[in-house]
Amino acid sequence: MEHENIKYFLELFLSGLTKGSIYALIALGYTMVYGIIEIINFAHGEIYMIGAFTALIVSSVLTMFGFPMIAILILATGTAIIYSSAYGYTIEKIAYKPLRQAPRLSPLISAIGMSIFLQNYVLLAQTENFMKFNSLIPEFEWLKPYKEIIGTEELIIIIISAIVMIALTLIVKYTRLGKAMRATAQDRMMARLVGVSVNKIISFTFIIGSALAAIGGVLIASYIGQINYYIGFIAGLKAFTAAVLGGIGSIPGAVLGGLVLGWTESFGTGYISSDYEDVFAFSLLVLILIFRPEGILGRSTSQKV
Amino acid sequence: MKKVFFSLFVVAISCVFLFSCGSTDKDKGPIKLGIAGAHSGDLASYGIPSINAAQLVVDEINAKGGILGRQVEIMAEDDVCKPEIATNTATKLVSSGAHVVLGHICSGATKAALGIYNDSKVLCMSPSATNPALTQSGDYPNFFRTIASDDAQAKLEVDFALNTLNLKKIAVIHDKGDYGKGLAEFAKKFLEESGKAEVVLYEGITPGAVDYSAVIQKVKRSGAEAIIFGGYHPEASKLVSQMRKKNMSTIFISDDGVKDDTFIKVAAQYAEGVYATGPKDTSSNPLTIKAQKAHKAKYKKDPGAFFLNAYAATLAMLNAIEQAGTTDYDAVVKALREKNVDTPLGSIRFDKKGDAIGVGFSIYQVKNGKYVELK
Repeated sequence: MEHENIKYFLELFLSGLTKGSIYALIALGYTMVYGIIEIINFAHGEIYMIGAFTALIVSSVLTMFGFPMIAILILATGTAIIYSSAYGYTIEKIAYKPLRQAPRLSPLISAIGMSIFLQNYVLLAQTENFMKFNSLIPEFEWLKPYKEIIGTEELIIIIISAIVMIALTLIVKYTRLGKAMRATAQDRMMARLVGVSVNKIISFTFIIGSALAAIGGVLIASYIGQINYYIGFIAGLKAFTAAVLGGIGSIPGAVLGGLVLGWTESFGTGYISSDYEDVFAFSLLVLILIFRPEGILGRSTSQKV
Repeated sequence: MKKVFFSLFVVAISCVFLFSCGSTDKDKGPIKLGIAGAHSGDLASYGIPSINAAQLVVDEINAKGGILGRQVEIMAEDDVCKPEIATNTATKLVSSGAHVVLGHICSGATKAALGIYNDSKVLCMSPSATNPALTQSGDYPNFFRTIASDDAQAKLEVDFALNTLNLKKIAVIHDKGDYGKGLAEFAKKFLEESGKAEVVLYEGITPGAVDYSAVIQKVKRSGAEAIIFGGYHPEASKLVSQMRKKNMSTIFISDDGVKDDTFIKVAAQYAEGVYATGPKDTSSNPLTIKAQKAHKAKYKKDPGAFFLNAYAATLAMLNAIEQAGTTDYDAVVKALREKNVDTPLGSIRFDKKGDAIGVGFSIYQVKNGKYVELK
């Protein structure tokens, strides 16, 4: 019985870890954009959805031509990244750049408008139906005996989230580009005076954020096995919660926030009831924000990214 | 002056007697079929098809010389699906001498009207009111229906799990929505009442969530042999896929919301073996084909909601009058319960409470990528 309980705990722990990594993967994009220009890019969830749709279209076509699985994975993910990045770049130019000097509420409304527009665009241009998303991730043979505990897709999602988080942290901390990003975040006017091309840095941030969303889209859709035009909204909402929980603007914070949220939901479901899954998640958010308004790893507003 | 009043009074009284004499003999003149339901307003699309259905049946019967040598006459009254108007509708139909009534359409309006029909012993048959209590409460012995009640799917799922699959431990899961939770509550109730199986888990899941692995682990831990799921196909396909990926072979039984080809398309190989209840397939019934053709010929479009149910109800009521040889309430009710009648919904008769036997849902199972009806 003791053994059973420990096993159950571990299973819930892993389930929370997977869920948390999914949230984290999307939350990273939110947090980066916020870190640089203090805009909550509500259209981020839709970028994730567009990434998944692009990958689905490309992979279906390539499967028809009989490409090998690994080629499909690379090509589909690559196309999804390019498409999503282009969307991210364009959204910034259309919806946010003209509003950079406007009061802070304006870009927020503009972001929500963009999100609704993109959802309906995909609804009309593609389909309102649920689509089957064939997993693009090849199954690891050596993991098969442990399938009950953790599947290939789950493992990959956890690993990729960790890699992305570390890579982003390194980029921001140790590269010239990262330095420019940090400078832009701290004081846009001053950064421009010392020769940082602020517009390019902001565009670049949107491109990275959107590329991450695309990777997230491919991995998560592979894991769930279905997509429709609405997936970005729900996932985006939870990822946004995770970003705020961890401290919006902080890269490790987004991952930690995602994991904490994932575990809260899993253990809440496992030991109490899944009826209240969202109640647990949002009660935790409220509690943490009462005691640490800047989030778990958030810092004061002068230091971000 | 007084005399004038007196004579007027006498005239008035005699008029009343004259009229009452004229209408006491219900067994002469045309058979009056009342039709009540929403014929205008938001829900007219539910009510109009029942008028069309009745019209088609009546036209055919009248062309053949009517029933018991009497023509059938339709009296349609609108209740706009509102209980407060339905009582007026019912009073009007009763006072104009309706022998039987097809309707009402909405459960709320039906419930409001039934008492009035019951007091006057007028038989009433609805093609669409699905509230379980209408028949099960036993308050309205004059009420019948040609549609399965809301709890019929849950009852069928539970019967199937207990008696066909002989399961002992069942998890009931729903999507917290009106439809899914309603079904799950009925399923749980029936399971508990049966005493044959234990509900080891009763949980609601959040629709649209990215992952259900925690709830799946919980199902595994509960030792459930099967899940009865109330909800729609997107969540069902996620649940089934994630369970099968974790090597769980837990039986999955669900409802009409899952008996959808999208479910099979999305869950693909994982959908195999899943059970779902769905309306009985009546499309190959010759009477169905005939009714739909007749509708197309007369109204130049496809019939709407509950058309076949209304068609069947009209046939059942008129047939019962014919079998009984009279429009007398007790005789007609007896005929409805004892004599089968061929309708587009199959050969049906009615149980003691007024639900049609042989109407409603079947169990389907996914076999080789298709839902197959289990007989």
